Amino acid sequence: MGTVTGPVSASILEVRDLHVRIASRRGIVRAVDGVSFDVPRGGALGLVGESGSGKSMTLRAILGVLPAEAQVTSGEIRLDGVDLRQLRGSDINRLRGPKMAMIFQEPMSALNPVTRVGWQIAEGPQVHLGLSRRRAAERALELMRRVGIPDPERRFRAYPHEFSGGMRQRVMIAIALSCDPEIILCDEPTTALDVTIQDQILRLLTQLCRESGVSLVFVTHDLPVVAQVCHDVAVMYGGQIVERGEVRDVLLDPRHPYTLGLVRSAPDFEYVRESLVPIPGSPPSLVSPPSGCRFHPRCAFAEDDCRTSQTPLRPLPGGRFTACLHYERTLEAVEADRACP
Amino acid sequence: MNTVNAVNAMTDVADAEPLLSAREVSVSFPVGSRVGARMRREEHLLRAVDGVDLEMRRGEALALVGESGSGKSTLAQALAGLQPTDRGEIRFDGRVLPASRSRADRRRIQMVFQDPYSSLNPRMTVGGMLRELLRVHHVVPPNRVATFSAELLALVGLSEADLSAYPRQFSGGQRQRVAIARALALRPDVLVADEPVSALDVSVQATILNLLSNLRDELGLTLLLISHNLAVVRHLCDRVAVMYLGRIVEVAPTEQIFSTPRHPYTRGLLAAIPRMTEGAVDGSGPAIAGDPPSPLRIPAGCRFRTRCPIAQPRCETEDPVLAGAPGAGAGAAEHLAACHFAFSSGAGAPRPDRSENEQNA
Repeated sequence: MGTVTGPVSASILEVRDLHVRIASRRGIVRAVDGVSFDVPRGGALGLVGESGSGKSMTLRAILGVLPAEAQVTSGEIRLDGVDLRQLRGSDINRLRGPKMAMIFQEPMSALNPVTRVGWQIAEGPQVHLGLSRRRAAERALELMRRVGIPDPERRFRAYPHEFSGGMRQRVMIAIALSCDPEIILCDEPTTALDVTIQDQILRLLTQLCRESGVSLVFVTHDLPVVAQVCHDVAVMYGGQIVERGEVRDVLLDPRHPYTLGLVRSAPDFEYVRESLVPIPGSPPSLVSPPSGCRFHPRCAFAEDDCRTSQTPLRPLPGGRFTACLHYERTLEAVEADRACP
Repeated sequence: MNTVNAVNAMTDVADAEPLLSAREVSVSFPVGSRVGARMRREEHLLRAVDGVDLEMRRGEALALVGESGSGKSTLAQALAGLQPTDRGEIRFDGRVLPASRSRADRRRIQMVFQDPYSSLNPRMTVGGMLRELLRVHHVVPPNRVATFSAELLALVGLSEADLSAYPRQFSGGQRQRVAIARALALRPDVLVADEPVSALDVSVQATILNLLSNLRDELGLTLLLISHNLAVVRHLCDRVAVMYLGRIVEVAPTEQIFSTPRHPYTRGLLAAIPRMTEGAVDGSGPAIAGDPPSPLRIPAGCRFRTRCPIAQPRCETEDPVLAGAPGAGAGAAEHLAACHFAFSSGAGAPRPDRSENEQNA
C-alpha cells in the first residue's frame, strides 16, 4: 500500500518502485515507471489499462520473462518476502511453478504443440514436486477433472490442437495449478475467447482460487472483467499507476480523470448513454513522456500545476489512492453524471 | 445484368419492402477429402451459413451477434457479394442480385473489416486508395476527385494532409477511419461493418462507434454491424439478429432482445456478459455450459439442444423454425425466435417450461 510498510506476512507479492526500460530504435522506452503495489494472500488484484500502459510488462517483470530488449532498471519485487531481483536465473526457475504460475492470453502459443496435454500438465509436478511419472500422471488427471475437462482419461493423450480455445485455457489453468502455487499471474486470459466461454473460464478461475487460497494478479483491458474477478484494481496509464482501490470504488466512483474516461468510453451493458464520451488525443510516447502528470495533454481538468509537478499516488479516505492533483474535479463530474443520466 | 431476372416474382407483400434481404441463403466450404470426412464420420462440407432469412430495412442499424464460428462474418460477406452462396437468393432494392454482381451493384454494399492493420494496402497512400476507387467506379468527374477525397476524410474526422500519408503512419483508430472513408467513397446504401472496433483500445472504440452512429444519421446509411460485444450493439443498433451455428435463432428490436429474450441461447449470451458491478461471479454455474459443437457435426433437430438448459425430447427430432408468437398478428413479425418453447409461456424471463415438471432448469 504505497507508503505503508505492512507486516511481511500479510502480502504474498510486494512490488516497490518498479522501473522497466526497453531499448528501441527510437530511444529508451520507459515502459514501467515507478509502479508499486501489494497483493494480499488470497487476494486478487486487477491491473487495467490500454495497450502500451505497461501492464503486461509489469507482469512479465515479476515472472522474470521480459523480452531481451527489456530490463528491470530499479525497484523491488518481493515474493513471499524474497526479493526476486537478487536471485539468479536458476533460483527463479525453481520458484516458477511452486510459488508463482502464469496464464497467458493465447493458450495455443503457450502450449507445446507436439506433447500430449496430460504430460504437459504432469511436467511441473515431476520437476518441481519430485513426483514419479505415474503419480504425476494421476495428479494431472485429477487436475483435468477439477478444471472441468470432460472425459479426462481420453483427453490426457490428446494434443493441444485437438482442443477448443476454452478447453486449452482450462489446460493452462490446470498447468498453473499443478504445483500448488501461491500466486497466479494472468495476462488477459479470456481476451481471445467468446463471451460464453469467457464466462465459464472466469467462474472456474475464481472458484478454484477461492478453494485453494491462491492469489491472483489479473491483467486486462476489460473493466467489467476486472469487476467479476478482482477485489482490488490498479489503473495504469503511461507506465504508471494512476488510481488504486477497491473495484467497486474505482469503477463506479472514480477519482482520476483517466479512469473516468475509461468508464465513460466503454459501452456499458446496464446503462445505455446517448453517446459515448471518448478520451481525446492518444496515449503518450514513453520515449519522451509529457512532463508532470502524463495524462495532462488529454485531460479536460488539467491546470498549470499538472504540467509541472510530479504526481505520485496519494492516499485518499477510504483506503484508496489517486495520482490526480485535482481529483475533486473528477468527483464533481461523476456526481454530475449521476444527476442527469 | 443478365438472364437471372426473376425480378418481381413476389413483390410488395410487406408495406415497406426491405432494402436488402436474404432468403434461405447457405454458404459452405469443402473441408479435406470426402473419404477422410466419411472416415471421421463428419460432413465433407462445412455449412458456415445454413439457410438464413434476414431482412434489412432502409436506414436501420441491424446487429448480427453470435459466438465465433456462428457464421456471422460469412453471412456478411455473402451479403456484400464477397462470398459466393450455395443456395438461396439475396435481394437488394427490389431485385435479386445475380451470383456475379455488376460493378454498380457491388458499389451499393460496402464493407469495413475488423483489422485495420491488414485491410489497408501498406504501399498505397490514403489518397492513392481513394483515387483508384473513385476513378474505377466513376463516382465523381476526374477533376473533382481531389476535392471529394478531402471531403471524405473530413467526414471521418481526418485532415486533407492525411491524403498523402501511408497506413503505417496512422494509429489503429485512424486506420479504421481510413477504412470507413474508403467504404464511403462509393456512396453505398449499405455499410457492413465486421467487428469494426474489436481490434482497438477501449478509449478509441468509443470514437469509432460515435463516428458510425453520426454517419448513419448524416448520410442515411443502412448499417449491418457484426459484433460479439452486446454492449456495443445495444448502444448502436435498432434491431439485433442472434446467430448460432449458421442459423439465426432470434431477431428482435434491440430493447426487446435485452428485456425479453425468447431463445435460451440469447438468454445465456446475455447472462454471460461481465457487468461493471462487482462479483457477479458467485459460485453459480456458467450461463451456458460446454463448447459450441463443431459445424461439421451439427446436431440433428434443434442445433442448440446440446447446450440448452430446457431441451426436451422433441428438440432432438424437430428443427424449430424462426417464427413469431403464434396468433399474435402482424406485430409478431417484429420478434422472431427459433425455439419450440420461445413463446409458450408469459415473459421471456428464465422460465421453467410450458408443460409439466421442468422446475430444475
